[in-house]
Amino acid sequence: MNETIRTLLAKLGGLPVAVDTITDSADLYAVGLSSFASVQLMLGLEETFDMEFPDHLLNRKSFASISAIETTVQSILEDRKVA
Amino acid sequence: MDLSTKVADQSLKARATRVAAIAAAYADEVDKAGRFPAEAIDALKSERLMGIQIPVDCGGEGRSTSEIAELCTIIAQACAASAMIFAMHQIKVSSLVSHGVDAGWHRTFMQKICNEQLLLGSATTEGGIGGNLRNSICAIEVDGDRCRLEKDATVISYGKHADAILITSRSHKDAPPTDQVMTAFLKDQYTLEQTHVWDTLGMRGTCSDGFLFKGEAPAEQILPKPFAEIAAQSMLASSHLLWSALWYGIAVDAFTKAQTFVRAAARKAPGTTPPGLVQLAEMSSQLQVIRSNIKAGLGNYEQALSDPDRLSSMGFAVAMNNVKIASSEMILPVIHQALRICGIMGYKNGTPFSLGRHLRDAHSAELMISNDRILGNTSTMLLVHKQETGLLG
Repeated sequence: MNETIRTLLAKLGGLPVAVDTITDSADLYAVGLSSFASVQLMLGLEETFDMEFPDHLLNRKSFASISAIETTVQSILEDRKVA
Repeated sequence: MDLSTKVADQSLKARATRVAAIAAAYADEVDKAGRFPAEAIDALKSERLMGIQIPVDCGGEGRSTSEIAELCTIIAQACAASAMIFAMHQIKVSSLVSHGVDAGWHRTFMQKICNEQLLLGSATTEGGIGGNLRNSICAIEVDGDRCRLEKDATVISYGKHADAILITSRSHKDAPPTDQVMTAFLKDQYTLEQTHVWDTLGMRGTCSDGFLFKGEAPAEQILPKPFAEIAAQSMLASSHLLWSALWYGIAVDAFTKAQTFVRAAARKAPGTTPPGLVQLAEMSSQLQVIRSNIKAGLGNYEQALSDPDRLSSMGFAVAMNNVKIASSEMILPVIHQALRICGIMGYKNGTPFSLGRHLRDAHSAELMISNDRILGNTSTMLLVHKQETGLLG
């Protein structure tokens, strides 16, 4: 999943730096993720993992770092399994 | 016999009403000359209203955003430029209150604001960023325990008259434009070289000239939170809400003039329906929608304050943007209708029904943070955020 997120981030994040130079815990907003790009990234994740972000997870914290995105996506996929 | 000395009413409303009386006396002169409303701002300071939002343990009164908004509405009915200065000052204070209470220097600064009734200015735009305050070109330079900043600020709200300025920049010289910090500089820590003149259609008294800002201060004056968080968690909401509150004040005053005009006509010709009466009813309905919208927004904000996740959520940002869009657009028809009712007496300056200042001031509402830009941001979020479909959430 980490690799998929990184690929999407490289394609949609519009970052001024290469994605492989960013650590999992680095603050994506500090490295230049704009709010427009973060929405594009969300759409990419929804498409790739065939899911939808619930409104309560649409906040800065869910997308603050690569590992935060991973946790967010995983929690949605797990909720879906339970449901 | 009442032997007690009469003590002035110290409720917030009474204090604001006294400020409004002074602001009203100078409003036309301030507007005409495009000068700073010094008398109203002095009155705000002598009523000790500058630090009211600051927590009690930092020397303030810990007043809520709703209470501050109410003061904006009261003062705007007298002089919208004075209310706008008060609102912008309080927006800066809200950044300190939300993000500076754990920082030693900023706590002392808040005490100083209360003790000395300091007026805080703001410098968030600069040449070359196209009005997007979430981007900076200039960068703060930190050298040991000192920081330095130079910014070509195309607009600094009441720049010359501020006692301190909160200014945004990139966090270091290699940072991307979105990686911003906000720094507080005291008046004796910066110089301003005027580059633009604030000669505008309305809100003329805010004197938001452009300046080349050069400041140097201890590095601890940089707010210890990324500006992105400050913008999302305190500035976005407080500016949309407080500005909406003061725009409501402009519209309400226009309505009051129209109502007085119609009532006078009704008294002169008893038994007949004066022209404009039905329009008054329509305006009353519009004002109620604007007021309800702002009050709901204030309630939403105050609930979200205890929940940082909600405060930084898309749903919250969409809701606050919508408050701004609706109130800024809905006040104009109200003022226009008031002008039609008061007729030539409203069109002429210097009558009790003059509405020129209201009309011009209110036009700033769609432009100060452009509605098109806000709609653009909201529309991006609507690609993933879902519209509220119920009444109770």
